Amino acid sequence: MLPFLELCDLNVAYPPRKVIRGLSLQMPCVGIGCLLGPSGCGKTTLLRAIAGFEPLRQGSIRLEGIELSRVGWMQPPEQRRIGMMFQDLALFPHLTVTDNIAFGLRGWKAPERRARVNELLRLVELEEFAKRYPHQLSGGQQQRVALARALAPRPRLLLLDEPFSSLDVTLREDLAREVRTILLREGAGGLLVSHDQFEAFAFADEIGVLDEGRLRQWDNAYNLYHRPADRFVASFIGQGVLLPGQIGVDGRASTELGDIDGTPPAGCAAGDDVEILVRPDDVIHDDASPLKAEVAERAFRGAEFLYTLHLPSGARVLCLAPSHHDHPPGRRIGIRLNIDHVVMFRRNWSVTCIESPPVSKP
Amino acid sequence: MGIERWTLLVTGVALLLALPVFTVFFTALQPASDVWRHLVDTVLADYVLNSVTLMLGVGVGTLLIGVPTAWLTGVCEFPGRRWFEWALLLPMAIPAYIMAYTYTGLLDFAGPVQTLLRETFDWSRQDYRFPAIRSLPGATLMLALVLYPYVYLLARAAFLEQSAAVLEVSRSLGVGPWRRFLTITLPLARPALIAGMSLVQMEALADYGTVQYFGVSTFTTGIFRVWFGMNDATAAMQLAALLLLFVFTLLVCERLSRRQTRFHHTDQRTQRPPRLRLSGRWSWLATATCLIPLLCGFVIPAGQLLVWAWRTAPQMIDHRFLELAGHSLWLASGSALLILSLALLLGYGQRLRPRPLVRLAVRSAGLGYAVPGTVLAIGVMLPFAAIDRSVDSWTREWFGLSTGLLLSGTLFALLFAYSARFLPVALHSVEAGLTRIRPSMDDAARSLGSRPRAVLWRVHIPMLRSSLLTALLLVFVDVLKELPATLILRPFNFNTLAVRTYELASDERLADSASFALAIVLAGIGPVILLSRAISRVRPDHAPLS
Repeated sequence: MLPFLELCDLNVAYPPRKVIRGLSLQMPCVGIGCLLGPSGCGKTTLLRAIAGFEPLRQGSIRLEGIELSRVGWMQPPEQRRIGMMFQDLALFPHLTVTDNIAFGLRGWKAPERRARVNELLRLVELEEFAKRYPHQLSGGQQQRVALARALAPRPRLLLLDEPFSSLDVTLREDLAREVRTILLREGAGGLLVSHDQFEAFAFADEIGVLDEGRLRQWDNAYNLYHRPADRFVASFIGQGVLLPGQIGVDGRASTELGDIDGTPPAGCAAGDDVEILVRPDDVIHDDASPLKAEVAERAFRGAEFLYTLHLPSGARVLCLAPSHHDHPPGRRIGIRLNIDHVVMFRRNWSVTCIESPPVSKP
Repeated sequence: MGIERWTLLVTGVALLLALPVFTVFFTALQPASDVWRHLVDTVLADYVLNSVTLMLGVGVGTLLIGVPTAWLTGVCEFPGRRWFEWALLLPMAIPAYIMAYTYTGLLDFAGPVQTLLRETFDWSRQDYRFPAIRSLPGATLMLALVLYPYVYLLARAAFLEQSAAVLEVSRSLGVGPWRRFLTITLPLARPALIAGMSLVQMEALADYGTVQYFGVSTFTTGIFRVWFGMNDATAAMQLAALLLLFVFTLLVCERLSRRQTRFHHTDQRTQRPPRLRLSGRWSWLATATCLIPLLCGFVIPAGQLLVWAWRTAPQMIDHRFLELAGHSLWLASGSALLILSLALLLGYGQRLRPRPLVRLAVRSAGLGYAVPGTVLAIGVMLPFAAIDRSVDSWTREWFGLSTGLLLSGTLFALLFAYSARFLPVALHSVEAGLTRIRPSMDDAARSLGSRPRAVLWRVHIPMLRSSLLTALLLVFVDVLKELPATLILRPFNFNTLAVRTYELASDERLADSASFALAIVLAGIGPVILLSRAISRVRPDHAPLS
């Protein structure tokens, strides 16, 4: 069977800057995906290329086996049957909710159009707001109108350009889940662009991590967290540090916190330097443990404390401890390592300690 | 392919509209004729001197009127302040040539002022000297009175933009109000003042009606004389090109200073300083400062027109008046619609294809507003006449028919000239409106299945409704007032209100011309009210309407 969405070796550029470099990606069947990355990684550009707003420098885009864009040619966006939800929503201020939703139904017969609009109003639960204008609605309601409008002409694929980023964190995840349900019900594919991993986790089955115009990994959320393909993914998804270690003769990696079982990176032999990804939940606070580390910082998180600990060598690890274990900075506390999924990288000169950026900004 | 169609269409239309300006420059490059040499030997120095004096005088005059009134109404509080805010714009409604007619009627020997003086003091002609209004200083005064609102508008906006923080800092550093005005307020507003003054000076250079009536020899009257009196198109063009050099210098000044105004743009959210409350003597002085330009620039001339019209209207308002009013009305509304459509086409095309070529073409079509009507008319006339001649000779050669004049001397030529001259007015509104529509609107409409043309109809035009109406009204009044290009290009026996006013005034039938003039002034009040509404919306002591 032909893949649903196929991006082949894409290059997109705003001269002189290359925004997307040699990116390939396949969504095998109608599903829900997400492009995740820091701002400026090219994710919005990629979305606009799929929608037909940006020309390609190289490569091709196919949807259901039909070519949409190639070098020097692109199908106009109005013919693609790809819906898009914009970051600023782009609701037409001069049209009512009903007329906004009906905007894309121009060729439809009046009764069908009316039926479709009503169906969508019901779907997004805005029936009593049908005659309002966008500025008379709350932020969340506007999001729903934008969603209904994009879905009205039954697009094959819906592109979402950070449409929830203006909402606060909790509402954002709720809405992402809600949109996911609606998309599944409509049988449309979805592709979200986001810089917020929790939004991505709530929304998508599969997530692609983008960095500087390159796709680092395309996988489900669990694997991105527990089996990151490279350092960038490891640092971008979740929190953690890379703890230095050395491959022993037995193939285990010896570290300051003890020996760790795991598959060494390809091409690593005994005696090679490696780094092991240690997540905060891999470090267990245990007063009985002979291993001690000094509290450098502590951050109260409600149910737990996030401790930043200094090991005797000067290396740092993060540790999540239940919040009744309250230790001031400077105190030495016992810890032990309990890693379920060992992720090892060959030691790199430049980076020895990484931490993810703040979880999310409102 | 659709892509190239838009590029071609927009570039083509834009370049066509820039044709008159290009014509002037290319014709001016031709070798100098005897007439030109004669001009250089005799009157050219006068033209340059008078034009430059006029330009500088009007510039200084508008600054002297516009800046104090803008500062008083923008920053201070005094009796009548709110009312002056918009009333100070009223002189814009009166074309400079009509101002010149009314003041001539008031101030010349037989006018009420001199008559009153003679009767009161029992003087006769030799006993006193009264400054002649029909002179270069007179023309300067007339132009300054109608043009100061440009400076007023820009200066006021600049004063209002200045944040409270800057003024508070200076206060905390112990600077008094007078020094604050000189060392902070004025320098910060300088780019806006220069921009306003350049605009005004361009208008002053472009004026034909006033200087012609006052008998002051400037570039514009010179061009007229060389073209129609000496019948030398090339020399007229060379004069025109020289004038355009002055104009473009001003244009560059204006553009450069506008660019600087952006650096001074402060955060909208910063608090506006409280108004400076004037009291006692100072408040009366402020009221007087604002009242004088209003009286001289609007109340007195409009009153004079009313008095005249009261006397002469019964004879003047007949079927011919109605016919002329009809001509003016449909010419103005027709060209306003045409120009608005062109502006939409160019504005939207530029948004659709933001390529350097398209942008350059649209910019060059926008040059027309800097080009005096006289020059522009000639720039239209020459290529049209050339086309007429070649078509005529071609059909005569092949079919033995003479086609005569196809383009020149037709309404088409007039509409074309108006389009080239006033397109920028409409384009400015359209572009300003379009930039307020986020690009994601276009993308959203496209992704919902609308083609670019449908996007324009279904999204942009409805969203731009109010800017389009403003543009329509502004162009309508500009066309209604326009004098020199209409004089040159109108079809034989085709008359408008403006032309008739000019003809009657030239025949020294000032009182008879009043009805026609008054009709123009009344029409001109419309856009002034629109403008005043727009400025009252940025009034600092009211929350902005959102």
